[in-house]
Amino acid sequence: MEIIQIQNLTKRFPMGKGEFTALKGINLSFGKGEFAGLIGPSGSGKTTLLNIIGSLDVPSDGEALVLGNSIGKLSAKQAAKLRKENLGFIFQSYNLLQVHTVFENVEFPLLLLNYSTSERKKMVADALEWVGLTDKTKSKPPQLSGGECQRVAIARAMVKRPSLVLADEPTANLDAANSHNILQTMEKLNRELQTTFIFATHDEKVISYLHRKIFLLDGRVDKDEVVKSN
Amino acid sequence: MKLAIKLAYRNLIGAGLRTWLNVVVLSFSFVVIIWLKGVMVGWDYQAKTDMTNWEIGGGQYWHSNYDPFDSFTLADAHAPIPNDAKDEIAKGNMTPVLIAHGTIYPQGRMQSIMIKGIDPKQSIFLLPTHKLDTVTDAIPAIIGSLMAKSLKLNKNDHVTIRWRDANGTFDADEVVITEIFSSNVPMAEMAQVYIPLDRLQAMLLLPEQATILTYRDGEMDRVPLEGWTHKTKKELTASVDRIIETKTIGQTVLYGILLLLAMLAIFDTQVLSIFRRQKEIGTYIALGYTRSQVVGLFTVEGTMHSVLAALTSAVYGIPFLAWQAKVGWTMPIDTSDFGMAIAQTLYPIYSVSLVVSTVLIVMLVTAVVSYLPSRRIAKMNPTDALRGKIQ
Ligand SMILES: Nc1ncnc2c1ncn2[C@@H]1O[C@H](COP(=O)(O)OP(=O)(O)O)[C@@H](O)[C@H]1O
Ligand SMILES: [Mg+2]
Repeated sequence: MEIIQIQNLTKRFPMGKGEFTALKGINLSFGKGEFAGLIGPSGSGKTTLLNIIGSLDVPSDGEALVLGNSIGKLSAKQAAKLRKENLGFIFQSYNLLQVHTVFENVEFPLLLLNYSTSERKKMVADALEWVGLTDKTKSKPPQLSGGECQRVAIARAMVKRPSLVLADEPTANLDAANSHNILQTMEKLNRELQTTFIFATHDEKVISYLHRKIFLLDGRVDKDEVVKSN
Repeated sequence: MKLAIKLAYRNLIGAGLRTWLNVVVLSFSFVVIIWLKGVMVGWDYQAKTDMTNWEIGGGQYWHSNYDPFDSFTLADAHAPIPNDAKDEIAKGNMTPVLIAHGTIYPQGRMQSIMIKGIDPKQSIFLLPTHKLDTVTDAIPAIIGSLMAKSLKLNKNDHVTIRWRDANGTFDADEVVITEIFSSNVPMAEMAQVYIPLDRLQAMLLLPEQATILTYRDGEMDRVPLEGWTHKTKKELTASVDRIIETKTIGQTVLYGILLLLAMLAIFDTQVLSIFRRQKEIGTYIALGYTRSQVVGLFTVEGTMHSVLAALTSAVYGIPFLAWQAKVGWTMPIDTSDFGMAIAQTLYPIYSVSLVVSTVLIVMLVTAVVSYLPSRRIAKMNPTDALRGKIQ
């Protein structure tokens, strides 16, 4: 079952007087439960592609169909609804709300979805257990290590059990031990909850965990290989 | 909205010192505005009450020739008390006053005065007229403390007054000061000498005549009296309204400056927030907020400063305002030179509507000031915001 279908996707950015083409005719599809990565050097278009899949940006040409939604045709409200209900994001710099506690950070997506207090409590507790942070619920991000912050971010992305999680360079600010730790966590969640993960990375550690490796070069798919079936 | 309030509250409290600085500035404006407005209401109330008690009662009938600003009209400003008024006078609900222009000679000097003949048994004015009901060698007279001070007159002093009777003949006699009273109403004190009504009527050869009829009850409907002009309390206190109005304009400038300071602080905070918190804004959007919801969140956050300020104000403002209402605010200058009814100490009066309207207005202004910079968010590109790239 395909949850993402990308056809002839092109993305151009205005640049000075002309334009810069960051993605050039991408064709890709992803099925449910994939653990895939967009791999490529800096500037190859990984983030741009991930942002379009995440409905944070729109294609210039071609189509990106995500969970049945054509990204270019969504209204701002529909795109927000798609992200709110079905997508989870993990960022390189964690992007936690600094003044909120760990619990509140993880709770945030559930507030948007109008879960009741008791449901939220239960779901946040589960998510923090997945990432092994049950003892830090009352801490705030500035009191946590980088690894812990990224685990909070994973819990936040996973708490609503989205169909798709997009992780942009999630290990770039982490040491090796923490990188392996969060990758194992994500792999476990992928296995247990059938959540689709798409990474953007050039980190060898991340690449070694991927089940499917999509190499981007200059805005084109250079190579697409499945190394391990789901 | 509920969610926005919850998040805004967390963000605001989380921002710590900066929030509290804004809140304190804003709460200071709240307290000063309510206090100053309270003083004005208190002043208005006090001035009108004092005028009622000492000068105008519940309203007056003036002889149609009477002009308080032209003492030369006094010679013709008198008429027999109308029959329609006699009943109320007998009941003590109305009192006649006869006014004549005269001269007083304290210690060899002279000063122009109004001689007011007043019923010693009247109870409409707080004037101690019962002190005119004493048997003395000279005509009993009471004067105000302002007059006593400027003429250096004391109780029991004898002093000569001179007047002209109805035929234009000058006459003089001696009065004895039986009482010195103090009111806050210069019009009731300055150059005024009160003597018994029947004595003045006899002196002027105007028996049964009066210049002004003052009634007690301002609420009752009043019939017109032929040859007399009816002056309601509202008309008679219009000067107070005018002065309060002028003062209010001056104060509005002060509120404006106070609010401007508070609003500048909040505006600045908002602009800075939007700049510094781009990543956070991008995160909200990635998590499923629309941009307009983020604008709403930031607006609520800014507006919440005024809610916190109102609460902070309550903590120190309620005791302060209550204490002021009790001990009053004593003006640093001598108010007897003001030429209008104003007490040395003013007691502020606060109404629920004053507090509520102040809070609402300040909240509204804060909301606008918070919204204006937040509109920028609506134009942000979420991917740029996430990268913190917007300048
Ligand atoms: N908003 C933008 N405006 C102009 N150029 C952009 C924008 N976003 C990305 N680019 C350009 O597109 C190319 C791909 O960027 P990106 O997707 O961030 O690469 P990667 O994530 O692989 O490092 C880069 O050359 C970058 O400079
Ligand atoms: Mg990138």
